[in-house]
Amino acid sequence: MQIDLTVNGNQTFIDVEPRLLLVHALRDSLNLTGTHVGCDTSSCGACTVLLDGVSVKSCTVFAVQASGHEVTTIEGIGTADSLHPMQEAFWTAHGLQCGYCTTGMIVSAVDLLKRNPDPSDDEIRAGLEGNLCRCTGYENIVKAVRAAGAAMRAGEARHSVNELMPIHPPTVEPPPSGEAIIPQQLQEAKV
Amino acid sequence: MAFTTMVGARIRRREDPRLITGRATYVDDVRQVGTVYAAFVRSPYGHAKITSIDTAQAKSDPHVLAVYTGEDLHHAHNLKASLPVAHKMPDLKTPPHYVLALDEARVVGEAVAIVVADSPYTARDAAEKVVVEYEQLPAVVDIEKAAAGPPYVHESLGTNVAFTMPFSAGDPDKAFAEADVTIKQRIVNQRVAPVPIEPRSMVASYDAGMQQLTLYSATQIPHLLRTQLAIVLGLPENKIRVIAPEVGGGFGAKLNVYAEEVVVSWVAMQLERPVKYIETRSECFQAMIHGRDQIDDLEVAAKNDGTITALRLKITANMGAYHQLLTPVIPTLTMLMAHGCYKFENIAAEVVGVFTNTMSTDAYRGAGRPEATFFIERAIDMVAQRLKLDPVEVRRKNFIASDAFPHTTATGLTYDSGDYETTMDKALAIIDYAGLRKQQEELRKQGRYLGIGISTYVEVCGMGPSAAMPAAGWDSATIRVEPTGSITVLTGVSPHGQGQETTFAQIVADELGVPIDHVSVIHGDTDKVQYGVGTFGSRGTAVGGAALKLAIDTIQAKAVKIAAHQWEANPDDVEYRNGKMQVKGDPSKSMTTAEAGFLAFMGDKLPPGLEPGLDATRRFEPPNFVFPFGTHICVVEVDAQSGEVKFVKYLAVDDCGRLINPMIAEGQIHGGIAQGLSQALFEEVVYDGNGQLLTGTLMDYAIPHAEQVPHYELDHTVTPTTVNPLGIKGIGEAGTIGSTPAVANAVIDALAPFGVVHIDMPLKPEKLWAAMQAVPSNGSVR
Repeated sequence: MQIDLTVNGNQTFIDVEPRLLLVHALRDSLNLTGTHVGCDTSSCGACTVLLDGVSVKSCTVFAVQASGHEVTTIEGIGTADSLHPMQEAFWTAHGLQCGYCTTGMIVSAVDLLKRNPDPSDDEIRAGLEGNLCRCTGYENIVKAVRAAGAAMRAGEARHSVNELMPIHPPTVEPPPSGEAIIPQQLQEAKV
Repeated sequence: MAFTTMVGARIRRREDPRLITGRATYVDDVRQVGTVYAAFVRSPYGHAKITSIDTAQAKSDPHVLAVYTGEDLHHAHNLKASLPVAHKMPDLKTPPHYVLALDEARVVGEAVAIVVADSPYTARDAAEKVVVEYEQLPAVVDIEKAAAGPPYVHESLGTNVAFTMPFSAGDPDKAFAEADVTIKQRIVNQRVAPVPIEPRSMVASYDAGMQQLTLYSATQIPHLLRTQLAIVLGLPENKIRVIAPEVGGGFGAKLNVYAEEVVVSWVAMQLERPVKYIETRSECFQAMIHGRDQIDDLEVAAKNDGTITALRLKITANMGAYHQLLTPVIPTLTMLMAHGCYKFENIAAEVVGVFTNTMSTDAYRGAGRPEATFFIERAIDMVAQRLKLDPVEVRRKNFIASDAFPHTTATGLTYDSGDYETTMDKALAIIDYAGLRKQQEELRKQGRYLGIGISTYVEVCGMGPSAAMPAAGWDSATIRVEPTGSITVLTGVSPHGQGQETTFAQIVADELGVPIDHVSVIHGDTDKVQYGVGTFGSRGTAVGGAALKLAIDTIQAKAVKIAAHQWEANPDDVEYRNGKMQVKGDPSKSMTTAEAGFLAFMGDKLPPGLEPGLDATRRFEPPNFVFPFGTHICVVEVDAQSGEVKFVKYLAVDDCGRLINPMIAEGQIHGGIAQGLSQALFEEVVYDGNGQLLTGTLMDYAIPHAEQVPHYELDHTVTPTTVNPLGIKGIGEAGTIGSTPAVANAVIDALAPFGVVHIDMPLKPEKLWAAMQAVPSNGSVR
């Protein structure tokens, strides 16, 4: 059957089996593979997305149930050009290691701050009880959520990946046709 | 410039942008046109004869491309359908371990058939249509019953004992005869499940034109897996490519060669279609290796002043139904580390490996060493309790002294470096140990039970010298200075969360004097990277990083020759200083690595006889293991009404030598502590007497949530090692090894007023509550 999904602001119509889980529609029909699957009992939270702005486990929602609704996945939370403060905070606080739970964890944490913009550490821990992480021991996740809350309350501007971790390729002069590429620094080098 | 600013800096990880934005590619994210999907039919019994398999109904499903059984694979051309075990034990029993069960299933979840269909959903539907008839056989789950006699997991062996390894050093009998006190305790180190959040995942494809098999797998050991696939599948190794893309946690469980990896590869070759298999979490609990599962019977001899003089030890280790890659090796590491950080010379030990109708045990974070640290740290506390001494003082009395390194233990290991007392004293000062003991006394008067647990661990890692490893122990690195000055690093280790894309770039940036953003670290693809042994045993940086340092040395030596030639100087007079080359004592002329790389590429201004190009591949063969250590102190309060454990404080002071990125090292410790404390309090894999898995989902198996773990306070000391040129020790497993006994000691210390001497893990509230009501006369609660 055909469903009408608005994902990260884009309306799409896709054909799905009635039993297709939302997470598989997102991953396999729409190629949004940032949402992960870590279990089959709604326990781990790796598949967390926002449905009409509220966090849900997309492995426990049928795609058809999301028809006519708005879904936000990690890809819509923020991008490399404009990181969500939560993404930046996870990065800065080293709130991730293998990264597999991270996308769902970030989505849950975004929802948590919506409900409680200034949570205590205990409230952060309780608020993330639907998401499991096996790498970090949660220490830096709590730290990241706290930092993101502070940044969001202060209305700090979003940053891009490039601002936080610039990559400057070694400067290269445009090659005159047929000649070798000469790095800029060699022009200045005393060789 | 970047010189000496990167190593030691808490810089953001370079791998993270793709991970936080959902743009990373894990195996399940690999998209290949024409992919078909596999589902496995698995044994629902712990032990059963397979009397018939009817695949007709499944095969007639229009969505199904193929169904294969063990019989099909067993007769397949060239396929050696038995899985490898790496070991150097002369008398190890190695029963065949078929990739699909042939006529008997010996563990719940053992794969019996594979079904391939056009979607993951239809594959699982069709798997249900495969009709397997079983005749149930008696199963054995209890290790000691299994060791004693029938029923046998492998009838043809006539025993369940896979191996027995005795060991003796010094004169333990004499030491026991002369002891003031002896303590005897049975300690059960329960079975746990690794539970990486990404389950086992694989996609295999076969290019019939090139005769090339490509396997994407969530593995920690792409090259070792390739070698084993070549052997099992009967293919030339240079026609197999294994790719470990982003891997979602491993913890040792992805350091293996799994039946599914072989079967999916073979099926892809038959169908000439990409075949994807992503296991469910329930399958992961059944068929991914488990960890621990030992019974450690120990006897300790001590003097009245707390000096420990001897240890008698019997390690009965559960192998599971089959050997996986390193199954029998794990408990031998327990025996090797039975000393902990203490200097007693007399040991009598025996390791017995036993088959049962359960999933194989194998390397899980710490792999054999957490068991040793657990019993020796518990033993120290028991000696202190018996002699009414402070557990700190018993540790101090028995520590290997800081001036005694390198120290060769009675079990034959040479501890490289250590200063156990300084680290412990630092921890005691930070946590105000004396104040805590006072507080504990006062609270007890009010009927509140505070417990203080100390664990002073040492562990063996940086695996390892090839002579002491079941397979090769070295690792490799290539550095290429590209013509435009970018630096490409190819590392033989295969990080999956440990952050070497960052830490290795930090090392290269400093040593070669390049901005860190000019360095790119590539790993996990056997067609891109030279052979490497992989990431496990806290070896990534200690061995892979050391190989990187060797490659840096080679690059520098060649760059110096290139610079010297330009300046008409003697290469011996040219040196790297602040990341650039210059003539010693003459800063007027300098050359960067990038400039030397460009000259090496152009090739026309090189000294006679010097090959063009600036790149190097080096391998590091570790002369020894490394031995990180530390002190963990855990403070808990046990609720007298409910038996619930509340964390009050957790402090870890670790020493892994020199730190490259302290933020990343701390992250490793945090995660390690969480896994270790979780074994102490929550986790336990349970099979019933028939071999039925009772903890088969995340609803039944307790890995901790954020609110179940404490804030960890960390500090460190720095005692470098001379085993590798970086002076570093591994830190991946230390947290897990140190934390379990710290937590258990704290909980048992809290219950000391009730006469409790030992309680087996997991220390669940009901057990603790019961212990507070009535303790058996021997003080030991199972």
